[in-house]
Amino acid sequence: MALSWLLLILLAFAVIGYFAGRSRALASAGGDARDLHSLPSYYGYNVALTALVPALGILVVWLLAQPMIVNSTVAGMIPDHAIPEGADRGLIMSEVRRVSNGLAGAVATGALSEAQAGNADADIAELTQTLKDSGQVLTQEITKPILVAAQKYRSMTSTGTIAMQVIVVIVALFGAAFAYIRTHKEFRARNVVEQGVLALLLLAASIAILTTVGIVLSMFFETLNFFQLHSWKDFFFGSTWAPNFRGGSELSILPLLWGTLYISVIALLVAVPIGLFAAIYLSEYASGATRSIAKPLLEILAGIPTIVYGLFALLTVGPALVSMFGEGGALGVGWMASSNAVLTAGLVMGIMLIPFVSSLSDDIINAVPQSMRDGSLGLGATHSETVRQVVLPAALPGIVGAILLAASRAIGETMIVVMAAGAIAKFSGNPFEAMTTITTRIVSQLTGDTDFASPETLVAFALGLTLFIITLGLNIFALYIVRKYREQYE
Amino acid sequence: MTDISQTPAAAPAAKPKKGSLFEQDARTKKRNAAESRFKMYGIAAIGIGLLMLIVLVTNIVTAGTGAFQQTFLELNVELKEDKLDKKGNRNIEDIKKVSTFGYAPLIASAIETEVQELGIQTDLSPKEMGKILSKAAQAELRNYVIANPDEIGKTVSFRFLVNSRVDGYMKGRVTRESIANDKSITVAQLDFVDQLRDAGVLYKAFNPDFIFGSDASDQRPEAAGIGVSMLGSLFMMFVVLALALPIGVAASIYLEEFAPQNRLTDIIEVNISNLAAVPSIVFGILGLAVFINYMHLPTSAPLVGGLVLTLMTLPTIIISTRASLKAVPPSIRDAALGVGASKMQAVFHHVLPLAAPGILTGTIIGLAQALGETAPLLLIGMVGFIASNPPDGLVAGFLSPNSAMPAQIYEWSKRADPAFYERAWGGIIILLIFLVTMNTIAVILRRRFERRW
Repeated sequence: MALSWLLLILLAFAVIGYFAGRSRALASAGGDARDLHSLPSYYGYNVALTALVPALGILVVWLLAQPMIVNSTVAGMIPDHAIPEGADRGLIMSEVRRVSNGLAGAVATGALSEAQAGNADADIAELTQTLKDSGQVLTQEITKPILVAAQKYRSMTSTGTIAMQVIVVIVALFGAAFAYIRTHKEFRARNVVEQGVLALLLLAASIAILTTVGIVLSMFFETLNFFQLHSWKDFFFGSTWAPNFRGGSELSILPLLWGTLYISVIALLVAVPIGLFAAIYLSEYASGATRSIAKPLLEILAGIPTIVYGLFALLTVGPALVSMFGEGGALGVGWMASSNAVLTAGLVMGIMLIPFVSSLSDDIINAVPQSMRDGSLGLGATHSETVRQVVLPAALPGIVGAILLAASRAIGETMIVVMAAGAIAKFSGNPFEAMTTITTRIVSQLTGDTDFASPETLVAFALGLTLFIITLGLNIFALYIVRKYREQYE
Repeated sequence: MTDISQTPAAAPAAKPKKGSLFEQDARTKKRNAAESRFKMYGIAAIGIGLLMLIVLVTNIVTAGTGAFQQTFLELNVELKEDKLDKKGNRNIEDIKKVSTFGYAPLIASAIETEVQELGIQTDLSPKEMGKILSKAAQAELRNYVIANPDEIGKTVSFRFLVNSRVDGYMKGRVTRESIANDKSITVAQLDFVDQLRDAGVLYKAFNPDFIFGSDASDQRPEAAGIGVSMLGSLFMMFVVLALALPIGVAASIYLEEFAPQNRLTDIIEVNISNLAAVPSIVFGILGLAVFINYMHLPTSAPLVGGLVLTLMTLPTIIISTRASLKAVPPSIRDAALGVGASKMQAVFHHVLPLAAPGILTGTIIGLAQALGETAPLLLIGMVGFIASNPPDGLVAGFLSPNSAMPAQIYEWSKRADPAFYERAWGGIIILLIFLVTMNTIAVILRRRFERRW
């Protein structure tokens, strides 16, 4: 029985329960809805929700927990000597899952009978052949322990699934019956339903916490694994990034951090002056008509997906820069060898950040009270003097906050640097050279064939966690500054 | 008072009055110059911003429109019965046994006939002539024959794709100079192309396969299309809509209408504002670790992509939904409570419907953001995968490997043949058309239904 059928059955229970509860309530009041405590539909909702919600909750928890329990039980069954040199338990387990899927597939197509698939003493060569003939994907030689583990895995999974289905249906039935029996004209159905709905709303709101916890945990444990395989001193204080999938890699974050910060600084050098002046002009000088045209147009830049900027950097800005600064270029300086460079990525990222800086600063400048401007103008200051000596100092903390937010954006930006920054990790001050960033390395370590037991793959989680902490710190600091500043004038 | 009135009396004798409204002194001039300079900086900044926008848009349009046109060669192909259906009984299984390789002689002879009929003089061998066609030409013809077995034995006029170099030549991307080191095409072949073009059998035409077709391997850029990855994006958006909208609205209702002032509420609020600023790649790592490594959901599946994008879009939707709930005036709630509604009833029967347009607008904007997002998709394996077959059925649409529009564009940008770059830009045009449409709908909704209280 597929999951969708189970869900349909639960839904059917809920619908039937709704009508049953509603009519029972009406019947208990002798058909006169005015004698009921709540509106008739609330009695229906009560039955439907009591049937549906606990059952769905159990279903979700079961679906999450079952793979974990089955995995750890089966993994414990595999004897240490069955694990070949250079592999680990995780790798064997994925093979076990593959074999178990293969057995299930072979049974489904009829190539194997249920008894044959469960036979622990089956001839392994013959079984492998049968599985291959029926089109199942196998990568390694099946060994005896793997076969036994796979059979155990399969039987546990199928028992678990059947148990889950039975329990979920029983819980739904019990819930419906319980609520149905309680349905009476004196029963305060509305209050109960509203309590339930409130709990669901709270649950939805808690998903934000769950996501954060998920992000932190998913990276934290892999990072711990990484630090068991690789020294943390090299990661934080080493000087070389040289992953080598045959082992002996040097994996230091410092060159990557340098590339990230360098590109971000160039991006901010582009975005901050342009964005800030645009914001000043729009909020202090521009007429209503200019503002209503220029502001949305600038904000289009913020709505363009980063893949577009990446392609723009890779295919347009990069070659254009090479034709200016490259060998035989317009300036004849020959500084730039390839279109992948810090400058390319930084310039394009700067363009992307212009609307980000400008609309945040615009809000902040607008929040400076008009009386301060009036005071300054009344003393005879020109408009620009007012802006420079009164408005900007007053708005400065907020603007710094905006710049920090833009910086965190720049540090976490992925597509532009993946496409235009290059792949060479080094400390260099030359903006015409290719450099690499944290995000670029995360992408390259985690795409393609990955082996989650090697430090070269796991380092991506350590990089991700560092990136998360850096951007989180910047954001919290920036929001704190902005909030504090807002209170000042409220 | 006395001081003020006395000072002017003493002054006239000491100095003649210098400043006047009609004649500015040096300091005023300097200050006014600084003023207009400052203003110019502002105008220049906005100018640079808008210029960048114009450069970007023109660049996209000029580089991408080419992808919607493709060069075709029209040939009259005789579908010889003795080659395609030896038994002559039009049995579809027998026809399918003829491999694409078996169609090559038919095309070769069709070119030869065409050349003779048009009276084109060329030194090229028939094999070299055939090389101007796409490597997909034989498969195209085979698919046509399998779809229309009744045409066997007849001579049909068929439009073949030409290869990407010839297509580039017709679009001006490839020139006689640029192919000096190119092994896949010679100057003689380009001369031959010129002759065919003058005869009117080789021409550029609108290419619907780019929009609706599937991706092709990196040998055949001329046959690549974005249609299948568009379906992948569509399925992802279904997932995002089905999860992010209800969860986002429920969370906002709780936070805006019911949440007590306590520690838990604070934690939730801080989490939401932080999640909105977490780099998107981090959500990709989360997806890889939780959905793929832990839950063993299928790699490259739109379901996983949708789940990751849901988590990413939730903060956006929550923030905009809360803003529109806040915009509904308290008098509405008070009135509902006053006639005896419970708090829950007041919210669900009165506040929520009034906030619906705002919620919808926020949701559409969140979806548009999710549609263009690429970085998390790289990590869950939606790149490096050739989306060559459309999913068969709804379940496969969610669970079988697919690509998504931005991932497909990234994939094309990585391939070696520059013909793919044109397709990447073309893909961006399609992506931007979707985004512009969604944002326009959002703006129209806001204008149409926005109420000022």
